[in-house]
Amino acid sequence: MREMIKMIVVLTILSSFSGGLLAAIRNGTKDKIEVQQLTFVKGPAIMAILDGASNDPIVDRFKIEDQGVERNFFIGVFDGKAASVAFEGSGKGFGGDIGIMVGVNTSDDNIVGVGITTHSETPGVGSKAKTDPDFTAQFKDKPLKGAFQVKSDGGQVDALSGATVTSRGVSVALTDAGAVYQRLKPQIVEKLKAFK
Amino acid sequence: MAKTIAQEFTKGLWKEIPPFRLVLGLCPVLAVTKTVENGIGMGLATTFVLVCSNILVSSLRNVIPPKVRIACFIIIIATFVTVVELVMQAYTYPLFLKLGIFIPLIVVNCIVLGRSEAFASKNGIVASFADGLGIGIGFTLSLAALGAVRELFGNGTLTIWESSIKIFGPSFQPFTFMIEAPGAFICLGLMLCVMNMAGE
Repeated sequence: MREMIKMIVVLTILSSFSGGLLAAIRNGTKDKIEVQQLTFVKGPAIMAILDGASNDPIVDRFKIEDQGVERNFFIGVFDGKAASVAFEGSGKGFGGDIGIMVGVNTSDDNIVGVGITTHSETPGVGSKAKTDPDFTAQFKDKPLKGAFQVKSDGGQVDALSGATVTSRGVSVALTDAGAVYQRLKPQIVEKLKAFK
Repeated sequence: MAKTIAQEFTKGLWKEIPPFRLVLGLCPVLAVTKTVENGIGMGLATTFVLVCSNILVSSLRNVIPPKVRIACFIIIIATFVTVVELVMQAYTYPLFLKLGIFIPLIVVNCIVLGRSEAFASKNGIVASFADGLGIGIGFTLSLAALGAVRELFGNGTLTIWESSIKIFGPSFQPFTFMIEAPGAFICLGLMLCVMNMAGE
């Protein structure tokens, strides 16, 4: 009996000590890890969208709470004005969720650029959404609102040949991103003012 | 104690060098040694876990009840592995991405558990520290050596801290076979063979 109690006590103390230590280290490294992930996973897409910005969008970011989820917004400063932000959206593609990063200019609501961050589309077919610059370039300077649809569905988006489902996924992601943007625009503008 | 601290340390470098002499911990040895850098990173992470868990196991060896000792060792090892994982994510993210699942898998690395069970739970703190450090450095050297051979022949380069050095001239045709899985087995086999011949 005494042995059993000892076993329980030792294991409990050891586990709680371990839990406490890990929680402390996790708290200490949380911000650093977030920056690292942004730099190496989403960084390339952000940099491509906010190309030519005079600041570092990964450092100059803010969060807005939206319907229970926290969204990251990355600020791009062009010509000395912090008017552009990039943020994430996602839509269902052929092989799973397609993550996109969309940049928008808050002064005229036009898209600055679109980049694909994560996807599991068929290599060489749907994956062209990420590798073919012509596909994402077609969204540039279009207003970010309303529905985006591929041409075969009666919309204005040129689908990738052989990858209609992927193109639809990107369109849905953009449509959602547009809705998020319209909903949060007052807050975004507020934050951008505070940044200046 | 028959052996001195120095002997405990040096045995890990040659007499009991883990992958070659003990033939333990082969999973990371085969999987991550595509480049020297990966090998060294993996080796250092394992060394940290080994040294810390050896010290803690050794200092708690009179408290831990024998019947649940393995469970206690696993808790201790898993804690340090998670520490390494978090620290690597925070400071060496590209390396963390390359090593991927093999960092959390240090928990079940038989070298770490083996040293806790066979050495640290029976010896003093200083001796356990020396043992962990020796075995860990031996493991790192083995991974680096295997990684160097595979990268050199498979890619014609040696990568250390993000900078890749081209060893052979432009006419060199890399044996891409060497950086794939079968190359790892063959390379490890040949190195074991050389080590055995040298040991005789």
